Amino acid sequence: MIAQPERKIALWHLGVAYTAFLIGTLMGVLQVFIRNDALQLPAWLDYYQILTAHGVLLALIYTTFFIFAFFITGMSKSLGSFGPKVRLFSWIGLWVTLLGTVMATVMIIAGEASVLYTFYAPMKANGFYYVGLALVIVGTWISSFALVGHYMVWRRNHKGQLSPLFAFMTVTTIILWIIACLGVVATVLFQYIPWAFGWTDTINVELSRSLFWYFGHPLVYFWLLPAYIAWYTIVPKLLGVKVFSDSLARLAFVLFILFSIPVGFHHQLTEPGISNFWKFLQVVLTFMVIVPSLMTAFSMFATFEISGRKKGGTGLFGWFKKLPWRDVRFTSIFIAMAFFIPGGAGGIINASFQLNEVVHNTLWIVGHFHITVGTPVAMTFMGLTFWLIPYLTGRRFTKRMQRLGFVQIITWSIGMLLMSTAQHVLGLMGAPRRTAYSGYNDHPSAMEWFDGILSNHVTMAIGGTILFLSAMILMYIVIMTMFISPKAETPEQMVEFPLAESDMSHTPKWLENWWIWIGIAAVLIIVAYAVPLTHMIQHAPPGSKGFITW
Amino acid sequence: MHFHKYEKIWLSFGIVSLIVFLSVVGVSAFSQNHTPSGGMDTIDPEKVNETAPFDNPGVTQLDEDTYQVAIVALAFGYNAPDLRVPAGKEIIFKVTSTDVVHSFTIDNTKVNMMVVPGRVTTKSYTFEEPGKYLILCNEYCGTGHHMMSTEIEVY
Repeated sequence: MIAQPERKIALWHLGVAYTAFLIGTLMGVLQVFIRNDALQLPAWLDYYQILTAHGVLLALIYTTFFIFAFFITGMSKSLGSFGPKVRLFSWIGLWVTLLGTVMATVMIIAGEASVLYTFYAPMKANGFYYVGLALVIVGTWISSFALVGHYMVWRRNHKGQLSPLFAFMTVTTIILWIIACLGVVATVLFQYIPWAFGWTDTINVELSRSLFWYFGHPLVYFWLLPAYIAWYTIVPKLLGVKVFSDSLARLAFVLFILFSIPVGFHHQLTEPGISNFWKFLQVVLTFMVIVPSLMTAFSMFATFEISGRKKGGTGLFGWFKKLPWRDVRFTSIFIAMAFFIPGGAGGIINASFQLNEVVHNTLWIVGHFHITVGTPVAMTFMGLTFWLIPYLTGRRFTKRMQRLGFVQIITWSIGMLLMSTAQHVLGLMGAPRRTAYSGYNDHPSAMEWFDGILSNHVTMAIGGTILFLSAMILMYIVIMTMFISPKAETPEQMVEFPLAESDMSHTPKWLENWWIWIGIAAVLIIVAYAVPLTHMIQHAPPGSKGFITW
Repeated sequence: MHFHKYEKIWLSFGIVSLIVFLSVVGVSAFSQNHTPSGGMDTIDPEKVNETAPFDNPGVTQLDEDTYQVAIVALAFGYNAPDLRVPAGKEIIFKVTSTDVVHSFTIDNTKVNMMVVPGRVTTKSYTFEEPGKYLILCNEYCGTGHHMMSTEIEVY
């Protein structure tokens, strides 16, 4: 078991993560009822305020705090106890991120920031909303530097050795995160904050959008890579085998550093100010990320097959039945992976130059990220929660909790399937996203969208309600394992950190030479962004004043 | 670095498909002109109403086979009176915003344009079928976002 101080830091992160999760999912269930006109909000509360809170608290806050809880625990587990400085900076990182979260949330509740988590200019929120979001980023950087510091101490003490796979992957994710944040930090510090506080009169809108999406796309990989870490390092242990290939796992991760950042324009394909050449170049780079995704898919299924055969599975698919389906830690992650297959395919559609016009900003996109972030990522995190909290608190994960865990992930899957399928279909028919009740005065075209078997007003609401119930079951498990379940007394009752062995004997050393990867990433970013961003600055239209349209 | 034989097959298949996909997308974009909406023109967002063609929004016939439709998007509607265009002719849409970011999206068509203040978005489209089409905003623009719509009639 890892040292007590690290357990405390990790548990605090989990506490904040699940508080955000509780509020965020409550906001979610309110939305599905407003959208089908079954619920009227009181005058002091607005649909878009709820939508902003839902996005910020789930997509940004839940994920970030959970990820750092997982990283802190895993880094302490794989590299040894933190030194006093690493501990101190981990705490400071936690408090700064939390301060930023509270600041942004207060602004949303006060109705001063109904600008959603994408905060597109020139909609102007209260300056403290942007300061809050900036502090969230700064806080994660402090926590990141603490972990990188811990890793550097380990490297110094283990000259010439490759670091453990978990640590390698954590550092990759952190590098990706820091490079990605440069875009949002630049726009928030130099564009939004001076403008929101009135120090400058206008803002260059297109530039702010491009800097935002420079960050906004790798943000999804910041969510996804920790899930991948679990798939690569935790799943084989649950299956009783080693990591399929240490070197391929590392190669896949460095490819994510290279190909997740210079691709933000694929979110801006239908907007002006970027020429078709640069849009298309970024479409090509976007597609490159398919390579490490396919490598990951191969490794996962190879791991399953090796494990199943070891347990006596025969024939072409006999191994499939031998997988540990009764282990909620495994089944949850398996379902999460299954959701990522249509999720990834949908992503290819979204990024395809012209196809994007069919789905851009429709409900399809909402469906898409509910089966990418909302399931593969979130459900992997749920699967980790089942053992991570008991591991950190030293409590038991009882049979009852295990059963409830199954109820939770199955209800989550059903709810998500209903809701996201309805959203995908509605989006294809043309229903826009980010709207409250959207009948457009009962326009016949709009009425047609909702005529389908799946694409009616009710399916999404039923899905959303099931999801909310599932979230509440999860909250119950979290509270039980955090505070109430009986303490583990015998070694069998102890919950372990299931970290698989990884054979590093064939792993080339250059994979851990970070400067190569950071260098190539920088070159790709300059190629993809230097010219179009320069153009946006040099040929800028007169800037925009701020507008408060809510 | 060691790659399993099956993994080599799997990755080659993936990379070849990738090249095929991108070639299809690229050829259709650059040799057949199937590119998404866009444009590099700028405009002063505060002087939209005095800048051509937005000083006179609506439909103008450019020549025998081409029509231009100028539209001003604003919270929460479109300034574009009498949108009536013929089927089978090229329609060039030009849209800009006087305030926040909006979209100009025509239901049941491939017209799906982001509207950014300070910029003019352009898209060329030819309607095949006559009828009344719903136009809506699919970029969140404020409390009235879900009301922001209009209609175009194709004759």
